[in-house]
Amino acid sequence: MGIIDNINKLFDHRIRLGIMSILMVNEAIDFTGLKELLNVTDGNLASHLKTLEKEDYISVQKQFIGRKPNTSYSATKTGKTEFKKHIEALEKLINN
Amino acid sequence: MKQKDYLKDISEIKKLMNRSSRFISLSGLSGIFAGVYAIIGALVAYIFLFPKPGEYLTLHSQNFKLLILVLALVAILSVVTAYLLTTRKATKNNEKIWDATTKRLLLNFLIPLATGGIYILIKLGNEHYGLTGALMLVFYGLALVNASKYTLGNVKYLGYAEIITGLICTAFPGYGLWFWILGFGVLHIIYGSLMFAQEKKQ
Repeated sequence: MGIIDNINKLFDHRIRLGIMSILMVNEAIDFTGLKELLNVTDGNLASHLKTLEKEDYISVQKQFIGRKPNTSYSATKTGKTEFKKHIEALEKLINN
Repeated sequence: MKQKDYLKDISEIKKLMNRSSRFISLSGLSGIFAGVYAIIGALVAYIFLFPKPGEYLTLHSQNFKLLILVLALVAILSVVTAYLLTTRKATKNNEKIWDATTKRLLLNFLIPLATGGIYILIKLGNEHYGLTGALMLVFYGLALVNASKYTLGNVKYLGYAEIITGLICTAFPGYGLWFWILGFGVLHIIYGSLMFAQEKKQ
């Protein structure tokens, strides 16, 4: 089996990679927090979040803080496992 | 993708993990200032306020109130200095000072610290004066170790050093003031200088 098998195409993008990195070390983070950390536009971030959500790598919680809607994201178990595999594959590639 | 791109990926991952979970703008200089304030405060207390041989320090005496005042002043000055220097450093690094990482850092620092503070106040209220210095050192050390998970740098080593100083202090009652100077003064200055040197290098 080649190492390339574990390289996850989904993480082969700067913003999706960034979202997952942040969610690996934070229980949950809201949309604004992600936007500030990654320095991207609303639409761009939203579309990448959707992609990750579709794959069931992240979960979305919608709630109200006072009267303002607030959306926060966390990584699912699948997402975390896949991301770890991806990092291991990256490390192997670099060490080879 | 080439190998170079993968390396870039890894460094990007690391950077984001750190930036999103740890508060990184604590300034070393503020450690030095805190140490200096502590030493000045302790010397003022030693020269003017400590009971002469044969006298006792009691809860309702003028000197005791002044002693608490000196302590509070040292604490407030240290916090204000740390706040100002840290804000300055954060602005320079283009970081927000008040975000989720700051809140997490403060909360985890304050839980052991407030526990210790309340414990000491209750103890003093019941006229148990012994080992106050040692307890301050131990709880402060625990607070630092607890908070260190949420910031970069080597705060946890300062925490370990404070805890050890506090425990040794417990074994030598009567020398509380000197251990207090060592822990809150000297250790802060050493730690602050090391941090400061590191910041200058970067």
